[in-house]
Amino acid sequence: MGSTPDAVVSARRTPPPSEAVLRWVVPLGSIAAGLLAFGAFVLAIGHDPTEVYSTIYEGGFATAFAWNNTLLRAAPLILAGLAVAIPAQAGLVVIGGEGALALGALCASAAAVPLLPTLGAGALLAGALAGMAGGAAWFALVGVLRAHRGLNETITSLLLSYIAIAVFNHTVEGPLRDPSSLNKPSTLPLPPQSMLGAIPGLDVHWGLAIGVLACAVAQLALSRGTGGFALRVAGGNPRAALLVGLPVGALIVVGCALGGAAAGLAGAIEVIAVHGAASASVLAGYGTLGILVAFMARQQPLAIVPVAILMGGISAAGSLLQRRLELPDATTMVLQGLLFVAILAGEALLPRARR
Amino acid sequence: MDAVTTVLIAVLGGAIRVSTPFLFVSLGECITEKSGRINLGLEGTMVFGAMSAYAIAYHSGSPWLGVLAAAAAGVGFGAVHGLLCSLPRVNDTAVGISLIVLGLGLAFFLGRDYVQPTAPRLPSIPLGSWSENPALRAALQINVLFVIGLALAVVLHWAFRNTRWGLRVRTVGDSADAARALGLPVVRTRVLATALGGCLGGVGGAYLSLYYPGSWNESLSSGQGVMAVALVIFARWSPLGCFRASLIFGGASSIGPALQAVGIQAGYHLWNAAPYVLTLAIMLIGTSTSRATIGAPGELSMTR
Amino acid sequence: MKVVEEEKVPETVAVQKTMETMINQDKATLIFATSFGYFDPHMLRIAEKYPKVRFAHGGGMWTEGKHPRNAGSYFGYIDGGQYVSGVIAGHMSKSKRLGFVAAKPIPQVLRNINAFTMGARSVDPSITTRVIFTGDWSMPVKEAEATNSLIDQGVNVVNCHVDGPKVVIETAEKRGIMSCGYHASQAALAPKGYLTGAEWDWATPYGMLVEAARSGKPHLNFLRGGLKEGFVKMSAWGAAASPKARQAGDAALASMKKGDSIFKGPLKDNKGGTVIPAGTTLEMTNVELEKMNYLVEGVLGSIPS
Repeated sequence: MGSTPDAVVSARRTPPPSEAVLRWVVPLGSIAAGLLAFGAFVLAIGHDPTEVYSTIYEGGFATAFAWNNTLLRAAPLILAGLAVAIPAQAGLVVIGGEGALALGALCASAAAVPLLPTLGAGALLAGALAGMAGGAAWFALVGVLRAHRGLNETITSLLLSYIAIAVFNHTVEGPLRDPSSLNKPSTLPLPPQSMLGAIPGLDVHWGLAIGVLACAVAQLALSRGTGGFALRVAGGNPRAALLVGLPVGALIVVGCALGGAAAGLAGAIEVIAVHGAASASVLAGYGTLGILVAFMARQQPLAIVPVAILMGGISAAGSLLQRRLELPDATTMVLQGLLFVAILAGEALLPRARR
Repeated sequence: MDAVTTVLIAVLGGAIRVSTPFLFVSLGECITEKSGRINLGLEGTMVFGAMSAYAIAYHSGSPWLGVLAAAAAGVGFGAVHGLLCSLPRVNDTAVGISLIVLGLGLAFFLGRDYVQPTAPRLPSIPLGSWSENPALRAALQINVLFVIGLALAVVLHWAFRNTRWGLRVRTVGDSADAARALGLPVVRTRVLATALGGCLGGVGGAYLSLYYPGSWNESLSSGQGVMAVALVIFARWSPLGCFRASLIFGGASSIGPALQAVGIQAGYHLWNAAPYVLTLAIMLIGTSTSRATIGAPGELSMTR
Repeated sequence: MKVVEEEKVPETVAVQKTMETMINQDKATLIFATSFGYFDPHMLRIAEKYPKVRFAHGGGMWTEGKHPRNAGSYFGYIDGGQYVSGVIAGHMSKSKRLGFVAAKPIPQVLRNINAFTMGARSVDPSITTRVIFTGDWSMPVKEAEATNSLIDQGVNVVNCHVDGPKVVIETAEKRGIMSCGYHASQAALAPKGYLTGAEWDWATPYGMLVEAARSGKPHLNFLRGGLKEGFVKMSAWGAAASPKARQAGDAALASMKKGDSIFKGPLKDNKGGTVIPAGTTLEMTNVELEKMNYLVEGVLGSIPS
């Protein structure tokens, strides 16, 4: 077979300059193509495309206020995207982020509130860690089922996600319910002044920074660290990995667990920075949108941040589209779908590079 | 009627009523995956099918025209998926997700005006008219699409084994190289298989809006399309297995409400998760380390 | 006067941003927040930030001293309407069994279940109501399953409290069962079986809030009303309602319009305890009722916990 397996060779190679340029130009070109397709759609439904484009820009990116709105909506999507992207490095398609996020929120609330009197601000950290642990444990289950029983991780993560959401609803309405949360069942709340605050100068909570930091750490660990490298080899060519002596089973479990930790952290942040308690409001579809973000970012942690901001901007603009042009909320979904399709089609134009 | 009988009849009814959309979507996906492609986008196709079936049935007065419209829309979505995935280096899971978003977005966008009006419904066959028990009679009201779906499962099972078409699809799905060596048109076969899969997915959606629950709104599907795709894996890529899986899933979906009807309300969220727990349990029991991906088409990117 | 609408705003911080854009970009001076989860903390936070803008929330619990003065909540005692529905259903149900498809066991829903049952039992104390909870506000498949399960149990009138009663009403009609509607009139969906329904008439409280804003009067912080004040109305009696049922319905409606309360003691819950002692009457406006956590005698089922 040769000295080193292909996957290992291609993972080490640094791309030549022209290829690197293409890697930027093609996605941007695809976005432009997607926007044009959207413009055609808008024309077909009887609206003026330039009016729609300018409203989107105004709603998502034109003013400081719009940017705050965009970043606020992007914040949970970053970690939700990591929840899909990290296992993807190990070749796994895990789509159960919504459930792990819910469990993370539950664990965070259950941990932070009782510890508040003794730990003060440290209770928030405890909550975040508890959320990460909860999400990690849930996704680790997915990894174990795959590594030891060969069960396809896409279906198991989906099933476990629905089960997690059922457990979440049951617990929030039952055992952990705050008795005074009558018409909207929630867990015991954190008082507003104890919650995670806003980044100075922005109207967005620190969760945004945590997400960006997590992506940076993930990118570094994956491209430089030996663990990350091993994960990628296991994902790229499992047989080669086994030959080289890597513990593929353990890597699968760890890869899943790290993804689950990201989703759990997203849920924890929803509790400690946004809502103050775990309730049905936490199930806002971030986990599902995270799948879209991760795939659009081609599973690259650093790319997740701009993609999440783009998605956040579009959804922020959706507000304005509804109110100004009386377009339904679904308009933004059409835009997101077209952009995604365009980016994928553009992939075909990229030179043969590592997957 | 005592509690146990109530629950059993409800499970029977659910196995017939609730299973049909899963049956169609999973059969469609079965064809697609046998050819070596994964179409996760059937969720979007199904919901768009539901919306278009409802709209066309409303305007034309014929539910069957609605089903036809849904089938045509499904072919369209499936073809788009197939063609996109034929481009080099395009990941079919990603394309599927993009089409979920696009399909849902278009369905909600165009379907806004159809939430209130009532469209004509698909007919059903009263197979239970011999019974004096009204619950049993209701459970055995079988929709024509269920019968068609069952027939389809049998036909596909036979076709995959005994026809040239079946062999062709399976070869393309197991080894593209072998298929090419034999002179089989790999890309065309896959695109057609995906289009056919989309067609069935659309029909599955039509059932939701034109029979059970028999209405169109944006919460009609809560991931049923993605779940149905997952059921194909559970069914080990066998059409009859898809039929069994859909029955199990549909029957288990009725346990929650049935238990409440006989007075067991505690933990209702958990009972509502019964189909997922059951599916997971069956998967766990039915597999061991080596047997899991037996039956998987060799070219399927998910299992490589 | 201009009206600007936005739908599909999730119950997250997005609400705050939406309200702020309505204030900053659309220059809104009166904001109606119509989804339950918008109230706390979202609407309250924005209300504190923009003291000159008025905020009105549907269903929330504005509390003097705790919440800012430019915020407020409004709601209708639609349980009064459900009581009248119950009276008609009570006359029409031959099997003496009623069914109720509910989303979640929260006080507003429990009030409706209880009022419906109390109305029916005022006609015949042997009537029972069977409840099934679906788990969320819009779950068409679960709602259809629940309706079928109820009908399988011998129920012959169904009522519901979900976001979209369409599925429940149409499923009942398909099986030849009578139905009572909610939110708005579903008479067109069930020409044979529709009895009546409890409907909102939001124009009344909205009109009051807008008028107060326009004329510069103080913001109405805690706005509640029922059939008497015109916040709630009944659908026209359906073709299926017998003359006797209609007469009883008219009488019940008249009594509600006079301001009679349905919460008269002695009232027992379905576990045997007494929730309203004999001789006591709780007015519909009594805040204690908004904390309701019991099902009255005659309701078969329990609050899942």
